This record gives sequence, C-alpha cells and structure tokens, in this order.
Amino acid sequence: MWSFANPQRFLGLSRRLVPWLASATGLLFAAGLLDALVLSPPDYQQGESVRMMYVHVPASWMALFVYTLMAGASLVFLVWRHALADVAARAAAPLGAGFTAVSLATGSLWGKPMWGTFWVWDARLTSVLVLFFLYIGYIALRGAIEDETRAGRAGAVLALVGFVNVPIIKFSVDWWNTLHQPASVSRLDAPAIDASILTPLLLMAAAYMALFATLLLLRMETEIYARRVRAAAMREVAAAQARDETGEAAGAAARP
Amino acid sequence: MRALFLAIVQRDLLLAARLGAGAGLGVFFFAMTVTLLPFGLGPDLPLLSRIGPGMIWIAATLASLLALDRLFQADYEDGSLDQLAIAPLPLELVVLAKAIAHWIATAVPLILVSPLLALFLNVPASSMPMLVLSLLVGTPALNLLGAVGAALTVSLRRGGLLLAVLVLPLYVPVVIFGVNAVAAVEAGQGMLNPGLLLGMGMSLFALGIAPLAGAAALRLHLG
Repeated sequence: MWSFANPQRFLGLSRRLVPWLASATGLLFAAGLLDALVLSPPDYQQGESVRMMYVHVPASWMALFVYTLMAGASLVFLVWRHALADVAARAAAPLGAGFTAVSLATGSLWGKPMWGTFWVWDARLTSVLVLFFLYIGYIALRGAIEDETRAGRAGAVLALVGFVNVPIIKFSVDWWNTLHQPASVSRLDAPAIDASILTPLLLMAAAYMALFATLLLLRMETEIYARRVRAAAMREVAAAQARDETGEAAGAAARP
Repeated sequence: MRALFLAIVQRDLLLAARLGAGAGLGVFFFAMTVTLLPFGLGPDLPLLSRIGPGMIWIAATLASLLALDRLFQADYEDGSLDQLAIAPLPLELVVLAKAIAHWIATAVPLILVSPLLALFLNVPASSMPMLVLSLLVGTPALNLLGAVGAALTVSLRRGGLLLAVLVLPLYVPVVIFGVNAVAAVEAGQGMLNPGLLLGMGMSLFALGIAPLAGAAALRLHLG
C-alpha cells in the first residue's frame, strides 16, 4: 500500500481510476435521483418533502466521513511524513466543507415545510454547523501560512485536535439540546426503514461517495502538478541567480 | 526542571504585570461587553437575570481571546522561544507553564469581577458561588485549547482573527457545561452537578492534549 505513497505511482493509478469513478458518479446519480425523486413513494407523514432526505442525509454522512479521512491523512503525514497524505488532507478539506454546506442548506430547506422554520437549534443541525466552522478554520489556517510544509503540518495538528474534539462537541450539544428543548423534533428515528426508502438512500450515498472520490483524486493530481510547477520555478530562479553571480564574478576577473 | 518551570511562570506573570494594562484592559473589555447587553436587549431585569449566567460566560469566553495571540508571539519575535525550545525543559512543559501564567494573568481577574457583573445583570445571589466555581474550573480549558491555537498561528503577523476562528468551535462544550452548571443550581441540584463535573473533565482533557499539540505546533514554526 505504501508504494502508492510515491506521487508518480499515485498519478498513474489516479489517471486510470478517474474516468471509471466519474462514470460511476454519473450513473449512480442518475439512478439514485430517478429512484429518489420519482419512483420511491412519498412518506405517509411528510408527503413529497421526504425526498429532500435523499439529498440531505448522504451529504451529512459525507461531512463526517471527509473530516475523519482528513484526520487520518493528517496523522499519517505527521507520523510518517508522507507528502501525499498532506496532499490528500489539503484536497479533501474544501470538499468536506462543501458537503457540510450542502447538508446545512438542504437541512434548513427541509426544515421549512417540516418544522415551519428554516433553522431550529436542534442538536444535529447545531453540531453540523460547528463542524462547518472547524472545516473553515482548517482551510483558513492553511491559507494563512505561506510555506507549504509548515502549512501542512499546522493543518495536520489542527485537524487532529479538531478530530478528538468532535465527539465531545457532539456530546455536549446533544446534552445541551436535551436540557433546553424537550424532544420537539423526531423524524426518521423509527427503527425500521422500508426498503423502498432505503434503496434510493443508499444509491444516493454511493453516488456522493463516488463524486467525492472523483473530485478528491482530481484535486490531488492538480495539487501534485502545482507543487511540481512551483518547485521547477524555484529551481529556475535559483539557477538564474547562480548564473548571474558566476557571470559577475567572471566579468570582475576579466577586468584588469 | 521544576525550578525552570516555575521560573517561566514567574517570568510571564512579571511581564504581564510590568507591561501594564493587559489584565486591566481584559477586565474592562469584559465589563464593557456585559454593559452592552442591556443596550441590545432592553433593561428588562427578569430577562437579564434569566440569561445573565450565560452572558457572563460568553463575555468571559470572548475576553479570553483578547491577549491570546500574544501568548507565544512576543517570545517568537525576539528569539526567546528558540532559547526555550533548546532548554532542558521539554517544550510541552514550556507551553503548559506559559498557559498557566496566562490563565493567572487574564482569567483570574475576570473570575474575580464576575460576581459584580452578575449583580448588574440581576443574577440571583444563590447562583453566584456556582457561577464563580464554574468559571474557575472551566476557564483553564479555554486557556489550554487557546494555547494550541496561539501556537499554530505564532508566526502569522495578523493571526488574531484566524485564532478566534480556530478556537471558538473548540470552546463550545466548555460554554455549554459552564452555563449548565449554573442552571442546575438554579433548578435546585447540588453543587457537584454534571455540568460542573463535565466542565472540570474538559479542563483535564485539555490539560492532556494541549501541551502536546501546542508543542508540536511551536516546533513546526521554529524548525
């Protein structure tokens, strides 16, 4: 597995995988959306607006999954110093923030017909909002540090500190919510989900996952190329400086 | 090693006292934030008394951000952080010593004036001991987690705002536990209620991870 930590081998693998993943994304979204929006039955309580769930719930799953992946990559980068792990963490962060934003936006659009308001301080919504802030902090920190290696290591430390805090934040927000709000919201907490609902949900989850994998690989490729271009530019500048210096030295020696 | 640790605490406290106005300004900011509340919410005493403990906690949280970006920055700029990094004391303990000194210099004054400000907000006297106690056990967590953020942003010239964005999400549980500890006393529970214990747990948890993460963050800026 470690052999793919070599950027060159990774690029080879990634180039072969991306077309397949992209087609899978397209097919899964087509099938998932068809099933979710047309074929599956409306909910007996929520009616047609239950279809929001098929867009919303997988996005929330991805929001958590991507943060976990980022923390894992950060740990690998801090412990083994694999540059590719840093590339992965950096490439994943905006995608995770995007999924979190989709989850928040669709959740609040779903909340309007269900709860009569765009936002309630429900435990789940609130902890996803805090997760979104954690993503923004990570992206902002990496953006603020110019040196790429430093930015990577600072980001890794922050991602890990954030990751160990996520369960505590989740717990505290749940606890806060039960103390302040009697359970006013209950949806989909029924133990059994009917297959007619579960199938499109899982299809959509697979579609989101394929989309994420495609975008992640593309972003990682771009990042590797960007770093190579930067390194090449640095080498050119250094070579030009060296030429200038030797030229000046030669000129000075030729003078009488 | 213990002497070195105490020497760092003492030095930072001395610097805080001699530089002047640091802690005093923090207290003033805290008081000013609390004073703004009735302007925003109206002088409705029952309302203020209901939200008072929460507002004190939020004001204390914001005030704790004030001087945080300078926690390691001054030492980073004049090079003394490099000296501390090669000193026989592990960098983890340097982080802890500086966080402790920072807590004494900035949080303790806030805790001392908090009953007075709670009085302005008409918080019942029976809640006061718990408010002070919850701040006492909760603010170390703010300080320690903040120290990680300060270490991450130490070399950034304008890191103050970024620091706030980094650490405020991590402050969420501390505020929740602190405010709930006071609410539990108001609801008739004892002093040793879950909110207080969880707040204490949060401080102990931060005590475990913050020196490690803070030192790792400082090393990457020094290296």
